Amino acid sequence: MSDLAIDKLKKGPHDGPALDAFMHSHAFPLVEGGKVTFVFRGAVEAVHLKSWVYGLPNSQPLHHLANTDLWHLTLDIPPKSRVEYKFEIVRNGNGQWIEDPLNPYRATDPFGANSVVHGEGYTVPEWTQVDPDARPGTLEPWVVKSKAFNDTRGFLVYLPARFRKTRRYPLLFVHDGPDYVRFANLKTVLDNLIHRLEIPDLVVALTGSPNRIGEYADDERHARYVTEEAIPDLEARLPLLGTPRGRCLMGASFGGVASLSTAVRYPGFYGRLLLQSGSFAFSDIGHQNKRGPAFEPVVRFMNRFRENPVLVADKAFISCCMHESLIYENRSLIPMLQTTELELKYVEARDGHNWENWRDRLREGLSWLFPGPLRMVYE
Amino acid sequence: MKGVLLGPQQLKVSLGDAVSALGREGPIALVTCGWQEREDNDEDLPGQLGRKTINLKLYERGEQVLAADKSFARAHRARQDQLRQIQEFYRLRLERTFDAALDIARKSAGTDLEADELRLSMEQIRRIDQEHLERVSSLREAYELQLRPMERPVIAKHRKELKAILDSVGILAIAGGHVAVLMNRLRMFGLKDLLADQALVAWSGGAMVTGERVVLFHESPPEGFGISEVLEQGIGLHAGVLPLPNPRLRLKLDEPLRVGWLSKRYAPSKCVAMDQGDFVLFEDNRWFGEEGTVLLKEDGTVGTGWTH
Repeated sequence: MSDLAIDKLKKGPHDGPALDAFMHSHAFPLVEGGKVTFVFRGAVEAVHLKSWVYGLPNSQPLHHLANTDLWHLTLDIPPKSRVEYKFEIVRNGNGQWIEDPLNPYRATDPFGANSVVHGEGYTVPEWTQVDPDARPGTLEPWVVKSKAFNDTRGFLVYLPARFRKTRRYPLLFVHDGPDYVRFANLKTVLDNLIHRLEIPDLVVALTGSPNRIGEYADDERHARYVTEEAIPDLEARLPLLGTPRGRCLMGASFGGVASLSTAVRYPGFYGRLLLQSGSFAFSDIGHQNKRGPAFEPVVRFMNRFRENPVLVADKAFISCCMHESLIYENRSLIPMLQTTELELKYVEARDGHNWENWRDRLREGLSWLFPGPLRMVYE
Repeated sequence: MKGVLLGPQQLKVSLGDAVSALGREGPIALVTCGWQEREDNDEDLPGQLGRKTINLKLYERGEQVLAADKSFARAHRARQDQLRQIQEFYRLRLERTFDAALDIARKSAGTDLEADELRLSMEQIRRIDQEHLERVSSLREAYELQLRPMERPVIAKHRKELKAILDSVGILAIAGGHVAVLMNRLRMFGLKDLLADQALVAWSGGAMVTGERVVLFHESPPEGFGISEVLEQGIGLHAGVLPLPNPRLRLKLDEPLRVGWLSKRYAPSKCVAMDQGDFVLFEDNRWFGEEGTVLLKEDGTVGTGWTH
């Protein structure tokens, strides 16, 4: 016999007072051990769970509890996992996607927001939240004229709280930097990890692109802009190390492709890579792909790289999540990179293709690529 | 020597109590070179220590030495590179041996045979520590024989100035910060040999570098088990206690295996954890731990408020 709260409700009386008591005595979605029960209440014709967990249907119907306005669906949820989802509610034959009205937890991204459910044991890492003891770094505007793109590009540069012109700093060059700050708390994470001495003081270029799908997909102009224009300008005007081990490219999704392809085009220039859920689509026969035209240059690039994997940096941190379809491409990349002398760390988590997943891996990635002085400094 | 060793001072300042406990008059000489370029940011310390202070400015003096004596600077940097390399190789050797010891501990059901195996692992780790200490010491000795730093004019000039300052104070206070930088500057100017009968107040990293050996530790790093490692011999102003500042952040005192191993590994020194504001007093080989200080014991337990 099931111990799940929803099954107990189904077996017992579920009139108005019983339903109200059930709703008041639980938080939703209901996580019980390895199970999660999604619940919706309302006068609708149907409710579907919309999620993006690779291997599961993108849309699953919630069950209607007879003679009530309650809808429910119970699924497995592994420990420490994080799942983003929405409900599609159907009224008068029309579907509408909404956040779960019973769930206060939500994650934002450039397209809006999703509801979030956490498996048992998952907690939001405390180093992603503002620590009043951590001195905040500053964000400075930066402008670079680009011959590669025949335009002018602006971005933000993070300077650590104790920035001094007499020191030399490593440079972290971040693709989709504003999104990392907005949706993955990157500035707070940098402030905290520097404060805890888990990473050294870093200068961070938080760059974006007006056409990321085009420019991040192995566009030669992008690699030239980053390597021959933006970084030389930063190194000329800021006290940066200016050595391969002091230069790191970072990005998620297409930003991961941009980081890898830029490093491939300029071997020996970059010493560190931080690649999160890279969209490393490839094909084993021909160059066809199922992901759409935007991926065509990516597939051509990855196929070339897979035929002849070259050493692209000294160290690379790669992360991907089990709930995203790109897990196949990322897992396939690892043995390729291992054939070179690259020092590689690859981690997986039970999460999806989203900013909070990328946020949660930042501590592990940054502190591995740039170990801080925590063993040397005792204030 | 008489002195006080303290934990961190950011959240709970106890420097004034420490100075009072020493019963020494006169101004205080300050070492804040562990703060590196921020060495001068010492404006709060006179108020906290309750005395007039004179900063020895060892970081700035060190920079002047390296700028003025180019051949010394080159040899100094080459030596630092060698020390870093030795430390890296020592760490590799230590990690492998430590992993084996952990595996044995995990498989152990507590039989006499297994206890012997664990004892053997601990002996191996202690031997690796000892060999590393000896290796670093012989490198330092060779360097000092070759370069004779105390006889170099620019260093001799600074030592003379430092001696004059130290002769006018009753207490030497050493703040925390980067322990390798602290060690580097304290050794560069041979500060120990310039002391007469001054008392010592040293907190956090300052307490660590003034003992018999410097042990780096952090049991909750972003990754890995967090194995402590020996850096080198300390300055040797006190003996018998291994200070472990900021245990709330850096130690796992609720894990008996870790506590017991730390205690056994660094015996006969007593491992003493000192949190914000906690302190221990010493006079020659006698020690008195304030109520908040924590003694790590070989059986994996901890005790507070102890004498030795």
